[in-house]
Amino acid sequence: MTQALSLAPALDKPQVPGAAPRADTHVTIRGLSKAFAGQPLYTDLDLDLPRGKIVSTFGPNGCGKSTLMNMIAGLMPMDKGEILFDGKTLAQTKIGYVFQNYRDALFPWMSARANIAYPLVRQGMSKADANARVDELTQMFDIRFDLNRYPYELSGGQQQTVCIMRALAPRPEVMFLDEPFSALDFEMTLFIRDKLQEVQLATGVTMLIVSHDLEDAVFLADEILLLTRRPTQIAEIVPFDLPRPRGAEIMSHPEFVRVKAHTLEVFRREMAL
Amino acid sequence: MTSHWSSRLLPLIGPLLLFLLWQLAVSAQWLNPVLLPSPLETLGFMFQSFSEPSMRTDIASTLYRTLAAFAFAAAVGVPLGVILGSSEKVYRSLEFLIDFFRSTPSSALIPLFMLIFGISDANKIAIAAFAAVLVILFNSAYGVMNAKKTRLMAAKVMGISRWHIFKDILLMESLAQTFVGLRTGVSIALVIVIVAEMFIGSENGLGHRIIDAQQVFNIKDMYASILITGALGYLLNLAFLLIEKKTVHWSSQA
Repeated sequence: MTQALSLAPALDKPQVPGAAPRADTHVTIRGLSKAFAGQPLYTDLDLDLPRGKIVSTFGPNGCGKSTLMNMIAGLMPMDKGEILFDGKTLAQTKIGYVFQNYRDALFPWMSARANIAYPLVRQGMSKADANARVDELTQMFDIRFDLNRYPYELSGGQQQTVCIMRALAPRPEVMFLDEPFSALDFEMTLFIRDKLQEVQLATGVTMLIVSHDLEDAVFLADEILLLTRRPTQIAEIVPFDLPRPRGAEIMSHPEFVRVKAHTLEVFRREMAL
Repeated sequence: MTSHWSSRLLPLIGPLLLFLLWQLAVSAQWLNPVLLPSPLETLGFMFQSFSEPSMRTDIASTLYRTLAAFAFAAAVGVPLGVILGSSEKVYRSLEFLIDFFRSTPSSALIPLFMLIFGISDANKIAIAAFAAVLVILFNSAYGVMNAKKTRLMAAKVMGISRWHIFKDILLMESLAQTFVGLRTGVSIALVIVIVAEMFIGSENGLGHRIIDAQQVFNIKDMYASILITGALGYLLNLAFLLIEKKTVHWSSQA
C-alpha cells in the first residue's frame, strides 16, 4: 500500500505508536483500527486529545470523522486498539454526547426539564438534587423559555440547547458534539457557540466536535484535527489560540483568517491526492 | 365568520348527500320499496328501537363481546409484541407465522373454533380475540423495532441499564404504533363478533338481529341495526383516537 508514502510530505504524525502521551493529555487513542467490508478506514491510528480543550475534527466527506468520534464514545465498536480517558476505560468515565439530530435525540414523552434530569435520576440522584442541577444549568445557559414544555413545542435551537444541557447535566469529563450546528439557523448557531465556550471555560470539560463547516470548526477550536481521505490518517493538527470568549467579530481577525486559510489549504491538498 | 361556520358544516355534506340520494332512490322507485324504506322511516324506526329492551340487549351483548375480545387481545398482544420486538432474532423466526395468520381471514377459522369452544359466548369472544391479537402484536413489535436509533444511542452514552432502556425508551417509543394496533384491533374484533353472531347460534347481539330481521323480512329493523352497528364501530374508533391523542401526545409532532 502506498497511502502512507504518498501522504508522507504532508504527514506530521504527532507521536510514534505506543509513545507516551503529551503532558496535558486527557484521551489517549493507541493503535486504533477499523475497516468496513474489508476496506480499511483507520489503520493503527494514534491520537491524543488535550485536557480541557476544544478539538474540532475536519476532513473530506466519508473520511470517518463521526466514526472516529463514535468509536471513542463507545457507540461503535473498533476492530483493534485502545482508548483511555486519564488511564481509565470508557465504562469508568462520564461522557456526554450531543447529536446532530436533536429531534431524534430528545425523549418527546418527557418535558424538556425531565429530559435534562433523566440521566441524573437514572444515576440514582434524588429528584430534588436533579432539579437543583437543572436550575443551575438553566442559569448557566440563561434559559428564557419554559422548560416544562415538551421538546416538540420548542424551536430547533431551543431543542439543541436542551440536548447540550442534558449532556452536561452529569458533569461529564469529555463531551462529544456531532455536527451540533448543522440543523440550526445562523442566529442560533451564534448563541450556542457562545454558550459552549462559556460552559467550557466554566467547567473545563474536554470537548471533541465534528463539523462539516470549516468556519464552525475553526471558530470554537483550540486545535483543529485535519483528517485525510480514507484510508484515514491525521493530515495535520492545527493550533488556534485566540483568547476566549471569542465573539462573532473574530471571524475577521487576521489570525482566524490565517488559520482558516491554512486549514483550507491542507484540506485542498488532501482532496487533490 | 361565515367561512368559519361553513367550514364547520363541511363534514355534514357527505351524509346529507347520501340521505338525499337514498330518498331519491325511494321516491323514484329505483328499488322495490319493500327492499328499501325511506331514510326518515328508517331513522325513525332506529330511534324508536332504542327504547325496546331487545335492541338494548343486542347492543349491549355485541359491545360486551367486542370489548371482552379486545381486552384479551390487548392483554396478550401488547406485552408479547414488545418482547418479540425487542429481540429481532425472535421476531424474525416467528415473522412468517404472524404474517400467515394475519393474512388468513379469521372468519375461515370459525368452524375450527366451533369444534373447540362449541356454540358458546366464549367461542365468539375467542375468535374475535384471535383476529385482533395478531394485528395488535405485530404493531407493538414494529413500534419497538422502529425505535429511533439516536434515542437508544443517547441512552447508551448516559450509561442507562438495559432494563431501563427497555422500560423508559423502547416501551414509550412503541406506544404510538401500539395505539395504531389497538385501534385496528378493536375494529377487527367488532367485525368478527358481528359475523360470529350471525353464523354461530346466538340469541342476541346486533349480528344476530340483522340476520334475524332479514330472515323474517323486517327490513326496517335490518337497516336500523346495520346503521347502529356502523355507529358502534365509528364511536369505538373515535374513542380510541381520543385516548391516543391524550396518551401519545407527541406522536404527531415527533
